[in-house]
Amino acid sequence: MKIAVCLKQVPARDGVLRLNADSTWVREDDVSFEINEPDIYALEEALRLKEKEGGEVVVCTLGPERAAQALKEALAKGADRAIHLHDPAFQNLDAYATARALAAAIRQAAPDLVLTGLQADDDGFAQTGVILAEMLGWAHSTIIMEIQAQERALKAKRELEGGWFQWIEIPLPAVLTIQSGINKPRYATLKGILAAKTKPLQRLGWKELGLDEEALKPRQKITKVFVPPKSGKVEWLEGTPREIAQRLADKLKNEARVI
Amino acid sequence: MAAGILVFAEHHQGKPTRAAWEALAAGQRLAADLGLSLTAVALGVELSPLLAELARTKLDEVIALESPTLEVYTPEGFTSAVFQLIEARQPRLIIFSHTYQARDFAPRLAARRGRALISDCLSYRREGERLILIRPVFQGKFCAETEFVGEPPYFVSFQAGSFREDSVEAGAVPARVTHQAVTLAADTIRTRPGEVFREAKQAVDLSQAKAIVAVGRGIKGPENLELARKLAEALGAELGASRPICDNGWLSMDRQIGSSGQTVAPNLYLALGISGAIQHLVGMKGSRTVVAINKDKEAPIFEVATYGIVGDLFEIVPPLIEEIIKAKSA
Ligand SMILES: Cc1cc2nc3c(=O)[nH]c(=O)nc-3n(C[C@H](O)[C@H](O)[C@H](O)COP(=O)(O)OP(=O)(O)OC[C@H]3O[C@@H](n4cnc5c(N)ncnc54)[C@H](O)[C@@H]3O)c2cc1C
Ligand SMILES: Nc1ncnc2c1ncn2[C@@H]1O[C@H](COP(=O)(O)O)[C@@H](O)[C@H]1O
Repeated sequence: MKIAVCLKQVPARDGVLRLNADSTWVREDDVSFEINEPDIYALEEALRLKEKEGGEVVVCTLGPERAAQALKEALAKGADRAIHLHDPAFQNLDAYATARALAAAIRQAAPDLVLTGLQADDDGFAQTGVILAEMLGWAHSTIIMEIQAQERALKAKRELEGGWFQWIEIPLPAVLTIQSGINKPRYATLKGILAAKTKPLQRLGWKELGLDEEALKPRQKITKVFVPPKSGKVEWLEGTPREIAQRLADKLKNEARVI
Repeated sequence: MAAGILVFAEHHQGKPTRAAWEALAAGQRLAADLGLSLTAVALGVELSPLLAELARTKLDEVIALESPTLEVYTPEGFTSAVFQLIEARQPRLIIFSHTYQARDFAPRLAARRGRALISDCLSYRREGERLILIRPVFQGKFCAETEFVGEPPYFVSFQAGSFREDSVEAGAVPARVTHQAVTLAADTIRTRPGEVFREAKQAVDLSQAKAIVAVGRGIKGPENLELARKLAEALGAELGASRPICDNGWLSMDRQIGSSGQTVAPNLYLALGISGAIQHLVGMKGSRTVVAINKDKEAPIFEVATYGIVGDLFEIVPPLIEEIIKAKSA
């Protein structure tokens, strides 16, 4: 089975984010980036399917120069080759345009299965994989917590709200969006890191992908980013750790009456 | 009907879900603000009671897309059916609640129409002709004002709780109910959904807990759980967790709190190193007293906290355990 995995690089979780000068996004010059968490699980799931069923894992990202690091990490973990969609025209794409570019690359790679994360931590669209499926004309399912390969089809366990699940059968080719927690992602080994250096990493711009301006034009745009207003209901407890502990214990006993 | 607003009414076996009422509340507000007509659409079979219930609210029309193919949800079936309706009626705005079902098919529907879905919105604002949607980015650390570019139709989904289900207005007269035939080619549906199920009986029922100490990624590693356990013991509390802690296998899945875990409402909820993503908050915001300990003052968890402590949990929890034991015995 040939599997493509879409990985996005997003600002690291524990970093401090600051708004850019015109408040349209965050400043990217002083943040470190990492692979979007569910995408790491998607990659792991693809590697496991390959180990069981044979085939190839192709990783694909759309992003600036720095995003190549995400691909190198994936190659080090065991992906076979990588595609970097990199072009000045790819800046600030919305979910639709991102999916258009990814779809063009995926058509060229012709996999049986595409895995994406269910949602990116930065823009939070929760859409790209589903739009991709529509553009490819393939079946899809979302928020997947388990995959079993069958002959030209898959069984996938969808997570539903409130602890409910559902198995669905889905014919290939297909797109699945993966939920965090589906597996235990591996770490790259030293051997893997060395092997990655010789694996193919292909770079494609919009012309090579056969895209036109119409495909990449925005359908939604961000006009302003801001810190959400605080409602200010919280009572802050300050002091040394000991003082805070005493104050809180007192509040819990005498105000909230929970101890 | 002049181009108007179409609201997707999600239902569970013929009963409108809370998400349906919230979407309808959003639709009523937007219809009034933008001067547009309002229609609700429901998909499935034997929808009459549902349609009657929807028709009692303040809207212009309720449309049923009824077909045996739509009895069980599939993304292909729902995309095709609603797409046909959009082509026939040309609404300007289509509204969803940002549920798992909407996440599953609304992006596909919008893409089929070549348009954007602005997803997971918290609110909107009108400025003249401009419709500005406000949605969280970076896991709720920031909000983004977002607008559509190009021609309608426009697709929007609103986050749970953005509009109140009890704010849905009743109508003066019952709205018109229309049954619309849908033709779906046999091969439209490619996925085969099975029964909906829960995992084997959960060992831990946090919904009855009087006090919960919940740990998030701020706990760093499983070796530090002992600290949280001691605090829970001092408080007579159960141990709960955010999703990543259970994903990592540090605690069992049945201790997860949030939209894909348990919903809890204890007297005391003490959150240690939890950022307060919406999917976590929906599972615990009914708690009476919430204490949040987080080293980031901007963490969204503080929005739902009664008492907020900005600091390192590893410095605060050890003395806290002592002080609680003292306070209890005093
Ligand atoms: C469809 C879907 C369903 C989901 N369902 C759920 C769900 O049911 N439940 C759930 O919880 N999540 C759920 N999530 C995930 C959710 O979006 C968040 O990713 C998750 O809740 C974050 O967990 P966290 O707060 O522990 O981690 P993070 O967001 O990484 O936050 C860690 C926090 O710890 C703080 N911290 C770090 N070190 C310290 C320290 N030493 N002392 C004090 N504070 C510290 C940091 O400042 C940070 O705020 C779901 C997501 C999706 C997309
Ligand atoms: N620029 C990108 N490059 C590669 N994959 C992406 C990109 N943007 C989104 N994706 C994939 O789509 C998923 C959902 O992203 P989003 O729709 O932006 O929330 C992510 O988890 C990725 O798997």
